[in-house]
Amino acid sequence: MSLDYPLIWAGLIGFSVLAYLLLDGFDLGIGILFPWLGGEAEQDIAMNSVAPVWDGNETWLVLGGGGLFAVFPLAYAIILPALYAPMMAMLLGLILRGVAFEYRWRTVRGKFLWNFSFTAGSLIATLAQGIMLGALIQGIEVDGRAYGGGWWDWLTPFSLVTGLAMVVGYMLLGSTWLILKTEGALQEFSRRVAWYAGWGTLALIGIFSLWTPLLLPEYMERWFGWPAILYVAPVPVLVLAAGIALFLGLRRKAEAQPFIFANVLFILCYIGIIISFYPHIVPPTVTIWQAAGPDSSLKFLLVGASVLIPIIVVYTAHAYWVFRGKIDPSAGYH
Amino acid sequence: MDWANAIDLARFQFAFTIAFHILFPAVSIGLASYLAVLEGMWLLTGRTVYLDTFKFWLKIFAVVFGMGVVSGVVMSYQFGTNWSVFSDKTGPILGPLMGYEVLSAFFLEAGFLGVMLFGMQKVGKRLHFLATLLVALGTAFSAFWILSVNSWMQTPAGYAVNEVGQFVPDDWWAIVFNPSFPYRLVHMVLAAYLTTAFIVGATGAWHLLRDNKNPLARVMFSMAMWMAVVVAPLQIVAGDMHGLNTLEHQPAKIAAMEGHFETRRGAPLILFGLPDQEAAVVRYAVEIPKMGSLILTHELDGEVKGLEEWPREDWPNVPLVFWSFRIMLAMGFGMVGLGLACLLLRIRGRLYDSPWVKRAAVLMGPAGLIAVLCGWIVTEVGRQPYTVYGLLRTADSASPLDAPAVGASLAAFMVVYMLVFGAGTFYLLRMMGKTPSSGDQGPDALLPTRAAAMSMNPELLRARGGSGSGNTGASS
Repeated sequence: MSLDYPLIWAGLIGFSVLAYLLLDGFDLGIGILFPWLGGEAEQDIAMNSVAPVWDGNETWLVLGGGGLFAVFPLAYAIILPALYAPMMAMLLGLILRGVAFEYRWRTVRGKFLWNFSFTAGSLIATLAQGIMLGALIQGIEVDGRAYGGGWWDWLTPFSLVTGLAMVVGYMLLGSTWLILKTEGALQEFSRRVAWYAGWGTLALIGIFSLWTPLLLPEYMERWFGWPAILYVAPVPVLVLAAGIALFLGLRRKAEAQPFIFANVLFILCYIGIIISFYPHIVPPTVTIWQAAGPDSSLKFLLVGASVLIPIIVVYTAHAYWVFRGKIDPSAGYH
Repeated sequence: MDWANAIDLARFQFAFTIAFHILFPAVSIGLASYLAVLEGMWLLTGRTVYLDTFKFWLKIFAVVFGMGVVSGVVMSYQFGTNWSVFSDKTGPILGPLMGYEVLSAFFLEAGFLGVMLFGMQKVGKRLHFLATLLVALGTAFSAFWILSVNSWMQTPAGYAVNEVGQFVPDDWWAIVFNPSFPYRLVHMVLAAYLTTAFIVGATGAWHLLRDNKNPLARVMFSMAMWMAVVVAPLQIVAGDMHGLNTLEHQPAKIAAMEGHFETRRGAPLILFGLPDQEAAVVRYAVEIPKMGSLILTHELDGEVKGLEEWPREDWPNVPLVFWSFRIMLAMGFGMVGLGLACLLLRIRGRLYDSPWVKRAAVLMGPAGLIAVLCGWIVTEVGRQPYTVYGLLRTADSASPLDAPAVGASLAAFMVVYMLVFGAGTFYLLRMMGKTPSSGDQGPDALLPTRAAAMSMNPELLRARGGSGSGNTGASS
């Protein structure tokens, strides 16, 4: 019996990209919200709520990139040149925000600079991620084994909408994370932000869902063809249910419920995108089997991944467990 | 024309971003091990001076590590953005090796760094020490895999080529342990240890010059100079073996390093000179007759191949390789010299007495960083004009990008790196320059780095009206 290695790997890379979106999503969201937090004390708390875990979160992005290179080298070689400008913007944004975690504490006079770089970097990285997602969904022109389009193909009204959706969505994740991790005025503020970001996210998901099928005939067939519509209909229904659960949680001032359902919203959208894509990795032409490297490469890495990924999940969970609970503002400075 | 420019720009961008990046792991590999040793010695002896030294370097490690992470994310995507043909062709071989690096090293480091930095009060001494050890182990795994990748590009083995022109694996063992890998791994890990040792030694020496009794500075200086006297000579032996391995597999690179343009028996050792690539001669050469043959072939009249054996379009940039190699050697011998001087002083019981040796140690602080950069230039520029040695030319590896796109991203990288890493270097120097002191905290009160940094900052304390320090992490 031979396993379908490309399919298994598509699942694993899909998992690591999702892990990245959810984990780095809330800490990028906090970066975007940063200037609106009530002063330096609240900013310190917000930053400390993610400081022990942020680089673990970002490692999932490295796994996504490294995994793509390892398993689907053709997709890696086509997608990255196609998304050259937003990819560079994302990398620079991640640098600007990543160093702020340490630099902010190393200076008094220059702290405002690193506050700025934290927010600007987070915003640039998030916008770039959203734009790249949109650019991928709308399809990438392929010529032989290389990218065949122009240098501005990634910039379209659709990709700008997905960029905006990513920003609002990460703000929702960030604010609901702060509801979970903080108390008092900061928590109240986060609830208000989550309320607006929640509506914004749902509205943008709506626009995104109606626009996507119009981009490519494959998508239209997948979502509105018969009987496909029967299989995919639960996704939008569940999105609505998750949205309601999110707002109910916010209204009754629940601590964890908003964060959980904000994540559920992201997972559902992600499933929706996978439904649109499958079996392509570079829509609309390259499938996961065409892009995959030889089975010997996929098998070699899978041996390690199947042992190491569960271990990683365990110790990542352990790190979150160690730093569980509310960030106590007085504990920092008594 | 544009096409060639785009490739040169892409090469420069890769060189620029990796030159910055390579310095951070070089320091964090060494520093992670040093921190593990310090914490281990504290647990073993109970002497707080080790814990205090640990805390001093932990904060610095956090900054270096952060800079390494963010500059490293760039590397994992830049293969695709700028070298897409290379990525497509080598992905089936190099991708899984990098995948193993991410899975076995990056996650391990990142997963336990949080506990290492913030978690002492939450998890206790033993688990904290375990976290420190795992971070150090992660840096070592990382070195293992990425040097395997780099070595395969230098001495490819265990591969076949498939119908679409990709390199595909034939024998994973031969790929991972390709011919130059063991030598390169040892050479690079020793380099990382030496780099850290000289930074730690310079910091210790700097503070000893101001206060010769500072116990933390004495620990730093003494430990660093032990490393220098033991590791620097080992490194020269390892470097020589690495060189002989290169002679076997990449003789053209050795010819460029030595400045040998002609093939001859009894070749001289060229100490200095100005290689002229156009004319294929080394001008104003200061030579030792026959020494070149003796070193490379272990015979006075052994034949040494010169660059004339290869067509000119296969030559690397000779002056760059030639000079980088000499600077690296100068740093290496300087390290051995300082280590020996300190050993002599130590034997006479006067390690901390000579201001001149301390000044020399301060001056030698960046020696490891310079040697790492120069060594990297020797091996990577020496690999040119290939990305996969002898098999895939650099000119055939690049993405189909236009020069303006690469030029713009290169300019953006230069501005951001100068700002961000310039500021980082400034903060690092300031942290190293702060007098290391034991403070008033007991041995168990290892504070989270951020809180500790704030408690030492009077301006901030006034602004907050608070005092002391504590725990910034989540309360349980």
